[in-house]
Amino acid sequence: MIEVVSDTRCILCNKCVQVCPMNVFAAVKDAPPIIARQEDCQTCFMCELYCPADALYVAPDVEQITHVNEHAVQANGLLGSFRGVGWAIADGADSPMDQSFRLTSRG
Amino acid sequence: MSTSRQWQTFNSASAGFLRDADVLVIGGGPAGAWAACSAAAKGARVVLVDKGCCGTSGATASAGTGVWYVAPEPAKRLAAMESREKLGGYLQDRAWMARVLDRTFESVNLLAEWGYPFPQDDDGELRRNNLRGPDYMKLMRRQVRKAGVAILDHSPALELLVDEDGAVAGARGLRRQQGDTWAMRAKAVVIATGGCAFLSGGLGCNVLTGDGYLMAAEVGAVLSGMEFSNAYAISPAFSSVTKTLFYGWATFTYEDGSPIPGAGSHGGRSAIARTLLTQPVYCQIDKADAATQALMRVSQPNFFVPLDRAGIDPFRQRFPVTLRLEGTVRGTGGLHLTDETCATGVPGLYAAGDAATRQLICGGFTGGGSHNAAWAMSSGFWAGAGAADYARQSTRASRRHFQAPAGVALNDNGAAEFDPAGITRAVQNEVLPYDKNYFRTEGGLSGSLAKLDSLWAVVRGAGQSAVERVVKAREAAAMLATSRWMYRSALVRTETRGMHKRDDFPELDHRQRFYLISGGLDDVHVWARPAAHHPVLENAA
Repeated sequence: MIEVVSDTRCILCNKCVQVCPMNVFAAVKDAPPIIARQEDCQTCFMCELYCPADALYVAPDVEQITHVNEHAVQANGLLGSFRGVGWAIADGADSPMDQSFRLTSRG
Repeated sequence: MSTSRQWQTFNSASAGFLRDADVLVIGGGPAGAWAACSAAAKGARVVLVDKGCCGTSGATASAGTGVWYVAPEPAKRLAAMESREKLGGYLQDRAWMARVLDRTFESVNLLAEWGYPFPQDDDGELRRNNLRGPDYMKLMRRQVRKAGVAILDHSPALELLVDEDGAVAGARGLRRQQGDTWAMRAKAVVIATGGCAFLSGGLGCNVLTGDGYLMAAEVGAVLSGMEFSNAYAISPAFSSVTKTLFYGWATFTYEDGSPIPGAGSHGGRSAIARTLLTQPVYCQIDKADAATQALMRVSQPNFFVPLDRAGIDPFRQRFPVTLRLEGTVRGTGGLHLTDETCATGVPGLYAAGDAATRQLICGGFTGGGSHNAAWAMSSGFWAGAGAADYARQSTRASRRHFQAPAGVALNDNGAAEFDPAGITRAVQNEVLPYDKNYFRTEGGLSGSLAKLDSLWAVVRGAGQSAVERVVKAREAAAMLATSRWMYRSALVRTETRGMHKRDDFPELDHRQRFYLISGGLDDVHVWARPAAHHPVLENAA
């Protein structure tokens, strides 16, 4: 589930409030959005993908809150790292690395 | 219908946000996006409303999917049609398969024109058999906007509106982030709300609670193939990521590390489910060589994200897995269609994507991994066009009287509201367990139905939900209604066909090659309709 909104990285764009399919965030005037309905998070990673400031971290556990430490995920480079795993929309790449066709022809 | 006496006059002036449209599309996943584009291309004024956000909502956006994209060569097309017919229990319709293959070929080529970055193979050919969800749906949102369609995100529909003749005339709902209500006066409505996965936590699937089935059933639509509603997907036990391709390279083991006989991703999920009834199941992707591992990493990065974050190397370490119910998302039941425009039989109401039945191209076998994606773009295209044509020919331009079904959670009868979380848990208790839904028996189904029917009596007698709870209340009611169409249909099909497995009837019964239609809310009815003519089966008989 979404566990971290980094106050130091957040640029107050509220993109996460818009893109979250489950309406988990709530916008706050002149402040970072809050995780208002954490129990509704479906761990789809879309907020992290769309966050332009790498300010969000979605913990991998969909069943329970794991109390992730913001400093730890920032230190090990995980904060916002869903963006960097190879999506065309995040990287702006014209030619993605999707090689699924090679796997489905083998598998 | 027994609900008719409770219909209430709807005063559109009561809505905070009011708009007129020719076509209203409810749902902004791939089917809804294609429907909006094709309706707009016909000149219709189109509004698209999404419970979440068009571009990130639904089973496709956060995942990705194979696509049933087959070159228009007769031998290849025939092979494509034949490939899953047996798995699907020969319930597919060859005419529908052919037109879906045609339409999908056109639509996928359009995606390439619009800028979807398909990869090239070693011969320099674009490979168009796979779409990555985030990239695909961001592109579709852009196309919807380019087409001039107004998008309302975070605006769940609560119910459809009809005119004095019973024709669909719009819908009403909430704008969650504005804290007010909306109403649309529309000449035609496309239901593209996806399937129902019962909040089981599968990737992107918790928005899919069968809302469109309930709304459509309240105005008289019926469903088809709801017994094919027990698709389960493999995921790490702690994770939402129900992407299953790579489990084809896995070994499934007991706690002690010994292999589970017969367990596998394809054709071996039953062994996994039976083991999970009593003990944990572990998995390791141990059959992928280094080159394959590298291809996997770059092709489906989201498969690895939860494992990486949990500190698990899936190629070298075992991890616990589970099976998550994907209901009619990867199952094939949904709203019954009455013609090639994807009409539902209720005037002005169309259905597309996982909200509609996919038996026509999948039979009773899962539509996951290519067919559902093809169906979403094809049925979306046809439903949007059909709705636009209907709207243009409609003489109902000056409707003055709107009626609302005032169904469960919306009926201002003075009674106390029901608790959505309690109803949801009670429904999940009947539909998630493998020994009730994966492996079905008459006793199990009847026992569950007795409980589900009494739950329906509770929500039926309850009053209007408060605005802060009404979306969850409608979702709970939709899941409850869906579970009853599912299990009533499953009870009638006394055989094993496609994904529908009856432990008390383990064989396929050739006399039951028919479709099961289900409908009704207070009283659920199921009846059979003949399956399509099949050239080989019937010549052989």
